[in-house]
Amino acid sequence: MCATCGCGDERGVRVGARDAADTREESGSPDHRYGGHSHDHDHPHDHDHSHEDGVHAPDDSETAVPEQDGVTRRVELEREVLAKNDTLAERNRQWLTERGVLALNLMSSPGAGKTTLLERTLAGSASSVPLAVIEGDQETLRDSERLRRAGADVVQINTGAGCHLDAEMVGSALRSLRPAPGSVVLVENVGNLVCPALFDLGEYAKVVIAAVTEGEDKPLKYPNMFAHTDLVLLNKTDLLPHLSFEVDRFAEYARRINPGVEILPVSATTGEGLSAWYDWLAGHVSSPLHQGV
Amino acid sequence: MHELGITQSVVDAVLDAVTEPRVTRLELEIGKLSGVVPDSVRFCFDLVVTGTALEGARLDIVTPTGSGRCRDCDQRLVLEDQLAVCDCGSPDVEVLSGRELRIRAVDVESGTVAS
Ligand SMILES: Nc1nc2c(ncn2[C@@H]2O[C@H](COP(=O)(O)OP(=O)(O)O)[C@@H](O)[C@H]2O)c(=O)[nH]1
Ligand SMILES: [Mg+2]
Ligand SMILES: [Zn+2]
Ligand SMILES: [Zn+2]
Ligand SMILES: [Zn+2]
Repeated sequence: MCATCGCGDERGVRVGARDAADTREESGSPDHRYGGHSHDHDHPHDHDHSHEDGVHAPDDSETAVPEQDGVTRRVELEREVLAKNDTLAERNRQWLTERGVLALNLMSSPGAGKTTLLERTLAGSASSVPLAVIEGDQETLRDSERLRRAGADVVQINTGAGCHLDAEMVGSALRSLRPAPGSVVLVENVGNLVCPALFDLGEYAKVVIAAVTEGEDKPLKYPNMFAHTDLVLLNKTDLLPHLSFEVDRFAEYARRINPGVEILPVSATTGEGLSAWYDWLAGHVSSPLHQGV
Repeated sequence: MHELGITQSVVDAVLDAVTEPRVTRLELEIGKLSGVVPDSVRFCFDLVVTGTALEGARLDIVTPTGSGRCRDCDQRLVLEDQLAVCDCGSPDVEVLSGRELRIRAVDVESGTVAS
């Protein structure tokens, strides 16, 4: 990806086959819907913004001003930017509902412990609920290999430079994964607390994982992420003795953004608190909160 | 650079909707509660439009403030961000608007003036 600005083209996205190994051969599989990872854009990086004024009064746009050679005219579009993603997400939701599969969208900063939590969950709750994983990462199959070793059906999505999963990627991964009826699909989003909040994947519920090492004010810094989540897992509680982190204050901040949100303190490494998380999972499998469609 | 994906979605949606070979101006609405940073969109815009009909287009961003309703006392509030607390002390504010992420309009170049 471009080192200067972190940009990449959408074609960098690769969806692996179910249980693909890191041999690069998955790029030729039938599930590969995004073309090769060609990333040869050579755009100039001279961002000379010539319109620093930014906000224009709506009325100054009513008059179409002739510019350059041709004549310009205004076309009203009034389109929601995320409309296309929302439509595809709704399609995923329907697909999942028809099969009685619950998908959870797991979101966090990089390193908060999503993969560790998934590994632990696969080992710890396997008897009660059948689980499968969609693993989103910018590059590498490392995390999906970790999870496959833990015994799960895993499909990896490599987003290239893309910093979030979208509904199209997840739809494609779901068809590749073919989750069993009655199972739970855990979707590990790309480590990022910003734009994953905006992209509905068609999930049944959103789960935010915050680590105690990230500070109590995470909810205030990333309000959009916390505002729309159904559950917060506060991870790495085993480190609390070494930190000046007050769980109550974190909970207060989270509830300032999302009153009534459920918060479960856990440690993915020691297993402390995880039974409450497994109960949450099992409870939603047997009696879903919100029935899609 | 998390606005890159959003900006790409904006540009894709415009290119889907417009058949004219050149777009000279794009008017976006990014609500103050949308979680999207207008300056970052501006930065990404130049990168994303390279080689498309929008290359060189002027980007105008309108950033409406949000509005909300206190669930405890029913008062209406103006929201500059997600952290609103009502005058009555309640943080339980329902967001009514401010999360807009909308393409309002474009100026396109064409040989004829629309009627
Ligand atoms: N002490 C402690 N470390 C953890 C815990 N969960 C994850 N980690 C560590 O945090 C690092 C990042 O974890 P990982 O699961 O890869 O995070 P991800 O990027 O969110 O998938 C690894 O070194 C983990 O061992 C926890 O509960 N306690
Ligand atoms: Mg991970
Ligand atoms: Zn670049
Ligand atoms: Zn993103
Ligand atoms: Zn009030």
